[in-house]
Amino acid sequence: MTNAIGTTLWQVKTLADRTTGAMPDSPWLAIGYILLGVVAVGALVAGLGLVLIYAERKIAAHFQCRLGPMRVGWHGIFQTVADTLKLLLKEDVIPERADKLLHLMAPFLSLLATVMVLVVIPYSPVLQIADVNIGVLYVSAVGGFGILGILVAGWSSNNKWSMLGAMRAGAQIISYEISVTIALLTVVLFAGTLQLSQIVLSQAEGWWIWRAHGIGLVAFLIFLIASVAEINRTPFDIAEGESELTGGFHTEYSGMRFAFFFLSEFVNMFVAAAVTATLFLGGWMPFHIGSFQAFNSIMDLIPPAIWFAGKTGFLIFVIMWFRWTFPRMRVDQLMKLEWKILLPIGLVNLAAASIAVLFNLYFFPRH
Amino acid sequence: MTGEEIVLAVSRIEERAKPREKCAMPAVTVPVESLAVFMRAIHDDPALSFDMLCTHTAVDWLGENRFELLYVLCSLKHGHYLTVSTSVPRDKPEVSSVSSIWRIAEWQEREVYDLMGVLYSGHPDLRRMFLEDDWNGFPLRKDYKDDFMLELPE
Amino acid sequence: MTIRPITLADRIAAGQKVESLLSTQEYFVNMGPQHPSTHGVLRLLVRLDGETVREVIPVVGYVHRGIEKMGEYLTYRKFIHLSDRLDYLSAITNNWVVAMAVEKAAGIEINDRIQTIRTLCAELQRIQSHQLWWGVFGMDLGAFTAFLYGFRDREVVTDIFEETTGARLTMNYIQPGGVMFDIHPDFVKNVKKFLAYFKPKLEEYETLVSGNVIVQARLRGVGILSPGAAVSIGTTGPVLRASGVAHDLRKSEAYGVYGKVQFDIPVGVKGDCWDRYWVRIEEMRQSIRIIEQLIDSIPEGKHMTIKPTAKIKLPEGLYYNQMETARGILGALIVSDGGEKPYRIHLRSPNFNNLWSVTAMAPGLRIADLVAILSSIDVVVPDIDR
Repeated sequence: MTNAIGTTLWQVKTLADRTTGAMPDSPWLAIGYILLGVVAVGALVAGLGLVLIYAERKIAAHFQCRLGPMRVGWHGIFQTVADTLKLLLKEDVIPERADKLLHLMAPFLSLLATVMVLVVIPYSPVLQIADVNIGVLYVSAVGGFGILGILVAGWSSNNKWSMLGAMRAGAQIISYEISVTIALLTVVLFAGTLQLSQIVLSQAEGWWIWRAHGIGLVAFLIFLIASVAEINRTPFDIAEGESELTGGFHTEYSGMRFAFFFLSEFVNMFVAAAVTATLFLGGWMPFHIGSFQAFNSIMDLIPPAIWFAGKTGFLIFVIMWFRWTFPRMRVDQLMKLEWKILLPIGLVNLAAASIAVLFNLYFFPRH
Repeated sequence: MTGEEIVLAVSRIEERAKPREKCAMPAVTVPVESLAVFMRAIHDDPALSFDMLCTHTAVDWLGENRFELLYVLCSLKHGHYLTVSTSVPRDKPEVSSVSSIWRIAEWQEREVYDLMGVLYSGHPDLRRMFLEDDWNGFPLRKDYKDDFMLELPE
Repeated sequence: MTIRPITLADRIAAGQKVESLLSTQEYFVNMGPQHPSTHGVLRLLVRLDGETVREVIPVVGYVHRGIEKMGEYLTYRKFIHLSDRLDYLSAITNNWVVAMAVEKAAGIEINDRIQTIRTLCAELQRIQSHQLWWGVFGMDLGAFTAFLYGFRDREVVTDIFEETTGARLTMNYIQPGGVMFDIHPDFVKNVKKFLAYFKPKLEEYETLVSGNVIVQARLRGVGILSPGAAVSIGTTGPVLRASGVAHDLRKSEAYGVYGKVQFDIPVGVKGDCWDRYWVRIEEMRQSIRIIEQLIDSIPEGKHMTIKPTAKIKLPEGLYYNQMETARGILGALIVSDGGEKPYRIHLRSPNFNNLWSVTAMAPGLRIADLVAILSSIDVVVPDIDR
């Protein structure tokens, strides 16, 4: 089935749709779908942890002219499994004068925020768990919940270094959220909708990164940089700045709960890459150019899920590349980058986007 | 300035300065009471201009019952060196601090206090450097003994 | 008037600010003794006001082994083995300081081959030490990859040393009267291979780290040490030269064969972290230049002018010898009573002076700057504690 410009017309059907569809006839099927959703998210988190941690170690190794994990399994692919087993068996140490309840709660708060965003990301036309009509707003609001985990961890550890790390992280994340939101809004203006699946569908004739001309590119760069700052990755990892604060906010964590922080950082990275891909690189939409029907049909032969995985994978690689190349920025330089550089550019970009949308200043016509 | 000229210039500043014998480089001995004034003078004097204190240490002459304090000075401007030596009695090892002249003296003197037990008057922060605050004794002295020491078999 | 020594607690209390109605509360944070970026077992008590450093109190002594006391029981040849363990990244130069002090005092003559070998080894050691410094510097700033690149290149020099001296870190190579073994037959070939390998790498690192805008922002204008303060604190080596004072013993005293080779002394302008970084990178280039001039023309001769079992007795008196190591001026002060063992041996340690310059540079800056400053000073703590 093709649409007006010759590309496949995809029908988006999320798990939530199926559940509501099944509800009046067979409530058990609906419950089954809900359980399937829960299991899918759990499996995705676990799978992501496994794959991404191994990928990070191998990529880091190759950037540093060494091999990385090689012994556990063929070229070390079971290394993460071995590490997880090790962390499970470690003693869970809680400092004596730490705030016990908060100390236990903090890693879960961190993980909660990321998992809740995983639920709304469109992985493919049929692989999406829920498609809220305020998609972008939901991502922004819930994603910002992660800062709570870091602050609580730093506070409850009863350790000056942790406090310092947590305070820095708090200031950093709150500041960079503004840039993220402004870049996000640019895409919303062009796409005309907040719903994530509709934003993907609106990129059927070309991804926003070029279809919104320079504005899209600038917004993409701002969004990428601000997202890397949001997830506390180098060059913005002052919160856990290893060589300065020993461990930062997770100094006093050991065993499985440390693993949760670690896991939430990697799943966060996936989420940041996935949201960037969805908004700017078309999500699961293949690479289409305007109305070149023949080209577009060829591109459609590759399944959308592969497109999504490829784009997200590429962005994850770029984020890892940043980590192993750049040194860390100092906290005041970080703040200056946000407030004096990214924010003004973002605001001007948003204004330009409004003008472009209002007066239809497009090269590619809108359907 | 050559070695002899330095010693000559120095003895003009302080009459009681005598050349220290058996030393391969220019060295003078001054009495301990005039040390602070002497050091200030040779630091400020434009022809001598000893602006860097290379090192400061002490030698425990157990047989003569004295500590010999050594200050090796260097002039970056002129490129010459001088060693200043002074002696304090072992049972009352007090000398005035030169930390107001060279900042590093503050910590060099702390080290000598820690290991030899020489006390410096006018020192802003006289405490032990390497050993714990409550250590008993001064290890670099020749008659130091404690429970952990191993004696060489004769 | 009795002179009363104080304790660490008194010192901490002495620095406390007077509380006023609008003051913020300052707090003490302990960096070390176990910390990823205090280059050794060093404890820094940092008094912070938010993120701003108000005072830094270094506490040393965790690696105090009593080397000077041990020296009074060892002959001069045996003491060489202890001198390695001071600033272990400049082990060969440390050996040379003590060996030269003994030779000057006892009147031992050495030939040109020995001088050339010693100079070559000292310059290779300087490059090796700066390679490690560069790697650790990158790691402290957050660019962890630099650490692995630095060590990868350092391995080449370490292998050259291992071939000739038998050891990778504490070489015990330079003895009074010569060097312990003659250079390995492959020494010249391997050094040339290393130079050909390393020169393009140095340019690569310039692009990767020095040219990086984040590195520049972290280092420029941070931790300025004025020349007056630098001389008064007695800093030497790259720290002093970065502050604008052109003092290098290789030029002024021209020991070894330094008088016969052409090389420049890099001197900084402002005395900030960037200058200290740049001075060391330039020093690596100059060391390469020196090695290139010497490697092809090592004179023939014996590698030891006295018998290895000859007894070395220094005449009675006071002797002092200084030399430029990778970190600054190391000095050996020997008081001899005419015997085989020194009556008192004192080592003037470059890192001792260089570390205390942190207390002059850090107040008013942030913690991240403190880490950058400590890294740019390049401290090796066992040298401080001896």
